[in-house]
Amino acid sequence: MSNVGIVIVSHSPLVAEGTADMVRQMVGDEVPLAWCGGNSEGGLGTQVGSIMDAIEEAWSDAGVAILVDLGGAETNSEMAIEMIGEPRSGKIVICNAPVVEGAVMAATEASGGATLKQVVATAQELSPA
Amino acid sequence: MTDTMQELNLSNLITACADTIAAHADELTALDQAIGDGDHGLNMKRGFEALRTDAAQLGARPLPDALKAIGTKLVMTVGGASGPLFGTFFMGLGKELPAEPDRAAFNAAFARAVDAVAARGKSLPGQKTMLDVLYPVAEALASGAPAVEIVTAADKAAEATVPLKATRGRASFLGDRSIGHMDAGARSSALLIRAVAEAFGGKA
Repeated sequence: MSNVGIVIVSHSPLVAEGTADMVRQMVGDEVPLAWCGGNSEGGLGTQVGSIMDAIEEAWSDAGVAILVDLGGAETNSEMAIEMIGEPRSGKIVICNAPVVEGAVMAATEASGGATLKQVVATAQELSPA
Repeated sequence: MTDTMQELNLSNLITACADTIAAHADELTALDQAIGDGDHGLNMKRGFEALRTDAAQLGARPLPDALKAIGTKLVMTVGGASGPLFGTFFMGLGKELPAEPDRAAFNAAFARAVDAVAARGKSLPGQKTMLDVLYPVAEALASGAPAVEIVTAADKAAEATVPLKATRGRASFLGDRSIGHMDAGARSSALLIRAVAEAFGGKA
């Protein structure tokens, strides 16, 4: 698929999955989409390995935009991007945006064939500069 | 230190670190419950128990490679923000260390690994984080202090996070209410420094 992919990373698998459900309902299947959340014991948390898997799942040659909830999700996502390495790491961007609204806005933009830069910019319009 | 480092059994060092984390897991969790999300003890224990399992195999590898593998393992197993932060430290140390480091090379590599942690966390000293232990330890190392003084410096530095107000990490959400508690990452850093320093013969 040539549309930008969306990855949702939350400490809570329920939040991540619920956000993905909302994206699917609003923008359909036009956008590669994956989510992850929770630690290996089923508790709250984020894991680098799961984030890397989600990026693989939502991979698009147009790039992948990641939406995260709290601090650790961002740090772990940055680590995941670094471990995926170049050249693909250059096509993966973490959006500075609220996770639910950001995912929906980013996916809406992506479904119209927008570039990664446009997708990220649209999600980030939700955050005060 | 060249001789010491070559004589040093990395496998035993890993076990010593895993032992101290396991022994203090509840304490770390309690510290994190006070001002964070209460998973630090469990997360660190998960990571260091994974290292314990691989200790013999890691010990057989050249030091820089082994350190990079330790960092990667922590990144993949610890979870939370601590995984990438502690992982980045060990990966950085492995990247910077020559195959047969002397003390000066070790000090330099340590300092750069601490800078890598700061970059990863987008943080600075004074924000009530593990950096508030790692930077003083880097300074103590650079001053040529013996192992016993490095342990003291680490413990004092962890203690000194108590009156700080957190401006980075989960505890920063609490603002002034973060004052009066020791930072969990500072405590776990000091524990690891002690375990390593004691393995080098510096009881304190």
